[in-house]
Amino acid sequence: MSDLLKMTAAQALSSLSKKQISSVELTTAYIEAMEATHELNNYVTSTTELAKQMALDADKARADGNAGRLAGLPIGVKDLFCTKNVMTTACSSILNGFVPTYESTVTSRLWESGGVMLGKLNCDEFAMGSSNETSVFGPAINPWSARDGEALSAGGSSGGSASAVAAGAALMSVGTDTGGSIRQPAAFCGVVGLKPTYGRCSRWGVVAFASSLDQAGPFTRDVEDSALIFSVMAGHDAKDSTSASMSVPDFSEAINSGVEGMRIGIPGEYQMDEMDNEISDLWRQGRKWLEQAGATMVDISLPHTKYALACYYIIAPAEASSNLARYDGVRYGNRIEAETLDLMYEATRASGFGEEVQRRILIGTYALSAGYYDAYYLKAQQVRRLIKQDFDTAFSDVDAILTPTTPSAAFSLGKPVTDPITMYLNDVFTVPANLAGLPGISVPAGLSKQGLPLGLQVLAAPFREDRLFSVARTIELQAQFSLAPARAAGELQ
Amino acid sequence: MTVDKNAVKKIARLARIQVSDEKAELLSADLGNILNWIEQLEEVDTTGVEPLASVNEHALPWREDIVTDGNITEQVLKNSPEVAGDFFVVPKVVE
Repeated sequence: MSDLLKMTAAQALSSLSKKQISSVELTTAYIEAMEATHELNNYVTSTTELAKQMALDADKARADGNAGRLAGLPIGVKDLFCTKNVMTTACSSILNGFVPTYESTVTSRLWESGGVMLGKLNCDEFAMGSSNETSVFGPAINPWSARDGEALSAGGSSGGSASAVAAGAALMSVGTDTGGSIRQPAAFCGVVGLKPTYGRCSRWGVVAFASSLDQAGPFTRDVEDSALIFSVMAGHDAKDSTSASMSVPDFSEAINSGVEGMRIGIPGEYQMDEMDNEISDLWRQGRKWLEQAGATMVDISLPHTKYALACYYIIAPAEASSNLARYDGVRYGNRIEAETLDLMYEATRASGFGEEVQRRILIGTYALSAGYYDAYYLKAQQVRRLIKQDFDTAFSDVDAILTPTTPSAAFSLGKPVTDPITMYLNDVFTVPANLAGLPGISVPAGLSKQGLPLGLQVLAAPFREDRLFSVARTIELQAQFSLAPARAAGELQ
Repeated sequence: MTVDKNAVKKIARLARIQVSDEKAELLSADLGNILNWIEQLEEVDTTGVEPLASVNEHALPWREDIVTDGNITEQVLKNSPEVAGDFFVVPKVVE
């Protein structure tokens, strides 16, 4: 059964239903791959015993004719989702040892559909970062790193989620995206990453970073699998008041409907001076593919694009400073003892939060403080509306928008970026979708000169994930990207 | 925009994060740079633009005012660093 790791989720489901393989066999292969790729630092907690039990249960359910939509498929979970009786840390030392007594809605849905949990995946601390380097466990490593060369970043914040799927250490995984944290690592690792419309997936039980921007989504080997797992994750949840009470459509038709007759926008503002040539070339290639497939490419303008990052770096830290106030050393997590309550809070938070998290809490606190609220926070919210209006206008004319996912391929972990703003620029193409609440997908579309994966991003109007799947599937068929990272589990290389 | 050492200390106090004098010095430069970069937002004419707090602008849903959860004291206390009986323990706050 040496081909187990090569199967997509759809292929595995087909083999499972024909009894050609069992979930126990499939899960065992993945557990072995997790061990073989241990050095990539993808998993911060492995739940292999639980996985074996869930695989047995899935096989039994299938034999009884009760198989759920994901029955028997091994899935990894970003360590930002609360998982009942399984340690959840948000990769922060302040939550070291935290064992939730409840399960997030999104992961509940995965397990209720028969998914098998492999473990918890590495990410930037509280999802704040673009390289996975702010994790208290150290960075996840990109499996596309040369065996004898420098380690490359898997991206962030969901670096472990992207790396595990690319390395064959998870068939699928889930992550979260606040400013690009699914799409950027997906592009760096050569897998498909979907950030759904704000409100599609419940945020209940997900450690909060910026509540008006956070959204859960999947990492998969291809677009078909993305639609499969997304349709299980999505749907209304009374426990999240921002979750949309809209039905989740069947996407199987959208995946194969192609782009004939679609109008796809190319935003001029995304052609940035500092962008690598190979990114521009890939973007041009993407346009050509879609044109050949029958789409009409339309030049569009999103005039406020250049302000999106600055806007984001007020709004996200402001929301974070409020959300992270709950880590007080009283109800959960680590505590540093001190004489008074205030000193205990201050010592606990200074010791428990890493540098980038502290920086963002301070920026957010500043922006929300008396005297600066109007100048920073309200101003950013006004610019946010203008950014959203740019998209509203664009989507009155086009069905989808095509852009690069990132301004470069995966960078080296060897030269730490010391300037926060340089790191923030990684998210220049992904942040606008979060500010506007739009769905976006990154699909692997080619390789850089160094042989590293590059992604194209497709955006659509809210709740039109179907269009993302149609466009991304078309790109996928034309690109014929094959997953073959040097440091993946044996048979994937 | 400059954020001097004292301003950093004031914000850190509001955020309940202990900051040493040395660290306040470093943060002063860091935060100043980030805020300077953010000031590009001033170029944007936002006269009359309604602030957007969330893309979800529908009214929040209503539900029946009934208890839907509770009686889980043990679970609530389970992850606390210090518990006495059914209570969280904190340093003394009343003299």
